[in-house]
Amino acid sequence: MRSRPDNGAAPRPPFEAAFGRVILEPDRPEPDFVVGPRGKAASRRFDVYRNNVTHSLVTALEEIFPAVALILGERNFRMIARDFVRASPPRSRLVFEYGEGFAAHLAGFDPIRHLAYLPDVARLERAWLDAYHAADEAPLSPGAVGALSPEALASAHFTPHPAMRLIRSDYAVHTIFVAHRTGPMPERIDAGIAESVLVTRPALQVELRHVQPGEAVFLLALRDGATLQEAAECAVLGNPSFDLAGAIGLLLSSGAFSACQPATHSED
Amino acid sequence: MAGEDAIQSGAQSGAQSGPQSADLNRFPAFDPAGRAGASFKPQHFEAIAADPAAIGFLEVHAENYMGAGGPPHAALSAIRNLLPVSLHGVCMSIGGLEPLDRTHLARFAGLVRRYEPFLVSEHLAWSTHDDVFFNDLLPLPYTGETLARVCAHIDQVQEAISRPMLLENPSTYVLFAQSTWAETDFLREIVRRTGCGLLLDINNVFVSATNHGFSAMEYLADFPLDHVGEIHLAGHDEQEDDEGAPLLIDSHDRPVADPVWALYERVLRQCGPITTLVEWDADVPEWPVLQSEAAAAERILHDCRGAATRSTASHALQA
Amino acid sequence: MSTKIAFSAAYIAGTVAAALSAGTLATTTAAQAQEKEKCYGVSMAGKNDCAAGPGTTCAGTSKVDYQGNAWTYVDSGTCTTMELPGDRMGSLEPLERDMPS
Repeated sequence: MRSRPDNGAAPRPPFEAAFGRVILEPDRPEPDFVVGPRGKAASRRFDVYRNNVTHSLVTALEEIFPAVALILGERNFRMIARDFVRASPPRSRLVFEYGEGFAAHLAGFDPIRHLAYLPDVARLERAWLDAYHAADEAPLSPGAVGALSPEALASAHFTPHPAMRLIRSDYAVHTIFVAHRTGPMPERIDAGIAESVLVTRPALQVELRHVQPGEAVFLLALRDGATLQEAAECAVLGNPSFDLAGAIGLLLSSGAFSACQPATHSED
Repeated sequence: MAGEDAIQSGAQSGAQSGPQSADLNRFPAFDPAGRAGASFKPQHFEAIAADPAAIGFLEVHAENYMGAGGPPHAALSAIRNLLPVSLHGVCMSIGGLEPLDRTHLARFAGLVRRYEPFLVSEHLAWSTHDDVFFNDLLPLPYTGETLARVCAHIDQVQEAISRPMLLENPSTYVLFAQSTWAETDFLREIVRRTGCGLLLDINNVFVSATNHGFSAMEYLADFPLDHVGEIHLAGHDEQEDDEGAPLLIDSHDRPVADPVWALYERVLRQCGPITTLVEWDADVPEWPVLQSEAAAAERILHDCRGAATRSTASHALQA
Repeated sequence: MSTKIAFSAAYIAGTVAAALSAGTLATTTAAQAQEKEKCYGVSMAGKNDCAAGPGTTCAGTSKVDYQGNAWTYVDSGTCTTMELPGDRMGSLEPLERDMPS
């Protein structure tokens, strides 16, 4: 193992590149310039860094996806998470932003493919943490909405609150999330029941609400810029049992929106 | 008093907030001189708020407060109203050859403005390369090239935060064949070129000394102690290297080890009191356990109030 | 069959007015304020409403975790309590295979 002089003619690749190439791959040798003192081997020494990187990122995933971890069991979870860390190391230095692709990773891993609800549970846990760190903003004031004329109300647009997320699933993700993160854990969960979940954070605490399919359509339409009237009609179209009163209740009290803008009537 | 003089002398090279920002302060001004602090963990919030005087200050990792909003900022604002806070960055990647991430630097500077920390520090380490974030403090070779880059990065940070920062010595597990500088000389030269202060992590000194077979006392004798604005203490674990010799891991998951306390006392006897933090980041205990570690450091700080100040006794430490 | 069921502006306004007068709204703020201090605390992984996700690390670890490629399943999770349509129970498959790398 020879060291080049500092000002050697041949530029060597940056030390971080050589370090980074093998740090997530335990079967590849450490970079040749990494040494122990007085000629000692550096293999186990370098492994400390491999371990720190892998352990800290796997642990981060376990803390982002605690329900998924409980569902799989710690050892199974950590094996799958380690695989994900190697395949998709973080691109953000903010570790609480990690794991965007974890749901897809779970969906693509054959031995757990039959746990069909699992990717959506992961999406819900990721959405929970997004809401937790989202910008602070006062939720929509019900009084401001109530002060509008019927016409202004029907054609009003609503601004989604920064913490608002909506997860639609063919599986019982709300029931599963609540059972694992707040308890109690029921003896059996029928995972095959479709549930949509509204995630909000009107003040400091993240709130989850199980919403009806029509309500989910209504909230998503509003989020995407529909007027109140358009959103209601959109919701009832595919969901004849859509309950406008329930949806309005969510609009006013869940913190999903932060402001409303009455239309200017210029386009009429 | 001698102790306060020592803190004052630290202010010259350290990162204490200057009086120029006094009229911008939104938070109470505190004087943590002679006190010890602890890592802030949110689960300790209530215990700390119930008796803030039990701790001299709290240190937070900057990156945990780089989200847009939510409970982390609410907790830190509340804490900052009760106690002085020091801001410790862990992801700036100052030791990397790549340019600093401007977005990250702007977020970091924003936290300094928002929370008015009395100390601001970062690590002699790298953690991001080619867009991949490794979530660990990785080591660097000490060469003319890395020295120039580290200094450029520190200049950039200090410019962004409009004040000096402290740079922390690392704990390392490997050495680099291409290194041409001793770590202490490397740090001294960084201080000379950038005007930054140093954060002396005494556990890191002990861990690296054990791992690389050098004397911690000699390292400290070579260390530019005049420029130390803060000391870190923490616990470590022990494994074995390829030859079966002890390989210490800087794990921050247990009380400070006795030899580290002994080194700490030696440094303070020479330098006088220096703002000291006890770090605990994994297997975090109940608040009283962590608080009592800080109290132990504070007793040593108190005992060393009469010790010589650094300006008159630098480099007197001998192995 | 009607293709469009219109909610009139008056109907929407009536529904909003009814919701506002029901007195069930706007109770969250006070309740949230009480939760505030509790949720600074956060972070008990798994069983806490306020589980706060991961924080930074500036420490190493001695828990060895980086090796291993084989998926050797251990039946330890709660997936066995989850029922799905069809005749398959939710448990993991005791299947040995290499993890893709």
